[in-house]
Amino acid sequence: MRDFDFEIVMGLEVHAELHTKSKIFCGCTTEFGGEQNTHVCPVCLGLPGVLPVLNEKVADYAMKAGLALNCKIASFSKFDRKNYFYPDLPKAYQISQFDLPIASGGYIDIEIEGKKKRIGITRVHMEEDAGKLVHGGGSLAYAGYSLADYNRTGVPLIEIVSEPDIRSIEEAIAYLDLLKAILEYTEVSDCKMEQGSLRCDANVSLRPWGQKELGTKTELKNMNSFKALQKALEYEIERQAEVLREGGKIIQETRMWDENKGETISLRSKEEAHDYRYFPDPDLPPIIISEEWVERIRQTLPELPQARQIRLVESYGLPSYDASVITGSKAMADYFDQACSAYGIALPAGQSTDDKGKERAKQISNYMMGELSRRLNASDQGYQDSPITPENLVELLTLIEGGTISGKIAKTVFDEMFESGKKPKQIVEEKGLVQISDEGAIAAVVSEVVAKNPQVVADFKAGKDKAVGFFVGQVMKATRGKANPGLVNKLLMEELKKQ
Amino acid sequence: MALTKEEVQHVAKLARLELSEDEVDKYTVQLNAILEYARKLEALDTTNVPPTAHAFPLQNVMREDKVTASMAQEKVVSNAPDEEDGFFKVPRIV
Ligand SMILES: [Zn+2]
Repeated sequence: MRDFDFEIVMGLEVHAELHTKSKIFCGCTTEFGGEQNTHVCPVCLGLPGVLPVLNEKVADYAMKAGLALNCKIASFSKFDRKNYFYPDLPKAYQISQFDLPIASGGYIDIEIEGKKKRIGITRVHMEEDAGKLVHGGGSLAYAGYSLADYNRTGVPLIEIVSEPDIRSIEEAIAYLDLLKAILEYTEVSDCKMEQGSLRCDANVSLRPWGQKELGTKTELKNMNSFKALQKALEYEIERQAEVLREGGKIIQETRMWDENKGETISLRSKEEAHDYRYFPDPDLPPIIISEEWVERIRQTLPELPQARQIRLVESYGLPSYDASVITGSKAMADYFDQACSAYGIALPAGQSTDDKGKERAKQISNYMMGELSRRLNASDQGYQDSPITPENLVELLTLIEGGTISGKIAKTVFDEMFESGKKPKQIVEEKGLVQISDEGAIAAVVSEVVAKNPQVVADFKAGKDKAVGFFVGQVMKATRGKANPGLVNKLLMEELKKQ
Repeated sequence: MALTKEEVQHVAKLARLELSEDEVDKYTVQLNAILEYARKLEALDTTNVPPTAHAFPLQNVMREDKVTASMAQEKVVSNAPDEEDGFFKVPRIV
């Protein structure tokens, strides 16, 4: 990418809320929303004299995420207090991990245009989430005060810090995409960016090509969607490039992405930032992690996105593009596997299906990547709540495969299935959509259509290919799309030859 | 290495403490005396001693992931200096 005059160097810090029932250090629910300040107790409010106790699931999940990201799990880990004043933090410190995080030294391999690139994972640590501020008195700029809701305070988080290995916006998006998929697969987080359960910060710097030392970085915050990440990085990279081209200096600072203005805004500079005076939290004893514990968690690791992608290609002969789209979300990949089971072609890893099985798998994939994804996106639904179950989709494919309905009718049935959730067989029966495969019946329609259109017959004899399409269309119209297309073609050609 | 006046002012700022010039001078002396006293520990040879994170011999104190009752909203905000509609009302920061 030498079309840009600087080398881009980025690292991402991703916060994921862990999918536990209760908070990290108290029994309050982690449920999203709820009326303000109703999911709080003396512990998460930081009232004097309380004692936080670690939720064991948090350690399990953080370890599971660490293992899925190829990290080493620490044998000794502890919690520290990160001190700063901000009204979303009732204790004036956040319980986090400083020098002994639970996992470190991992990596994930992203793919850009078929090429693998390894992005290092510096560390994964556990911490508590902060509360939420609602700004009173109208818009943010004019608000005279803020309103604090601490329901989210103490919801468990893991922070995943990457090495500064990312060199383009494309790589940043691919990294976040794969990281999100891995976290979804491991089921440690529901990764709902729109609800803030997955949040992304980025460290961005530029340097002249060939320079070894890193340039001064800025830290970007508040990017709550892939689109926001893309736009914020585009803006910030161009902003820094302009400063440098004019011979200026980048100030090390934290900048916030303002979605409405479409720009990054300086929040605070280095002098005030990053002086958190960490020290070990005396209320929380250290965590000693045995090899048995790590092994127990390792046993719970599911098949991860990239392994699954390889399996779909090897077992079902799917094109790798299809496999990468399908495995990009766990719900979609689960749907595909369930459909393969329903179609009788499911296989254990390492085995490969025959040509017929491959054809069936490709049919499932085509419907999923085409019509089904389109309809789900349009109605803002995910595969986990698809009105068409994998079993019903396969029933539809079986009806097509067996010649009961044509591919064209299948589209009508599909739409009805999506709307009503009904089984395809029931729809076909209720609407009388069974394909006409009776040769005599189709032949009668064919000869009628041909007899009515002598001019088109003449066109056909003159070698105009369009004529055939016209006749097929007429036959389909007369049978309301139900005639078996193969038979229509065969009988039509026979009839035309007689003319 | 002694603690400077500037460092005392910086720490005071981080702790949101407003100190007068006299107080800065006074605390610089006092804090240096405290640090000097603690520095006696440096005389010990700790080459093979792992850093101590905690004073008590406890480890892996954990609880089950179970939801327990939270507090009632009116109780939550009952001690707040200022509240509005069940929220804590605080000065605007950003
Ligand atoms: Zn609580």
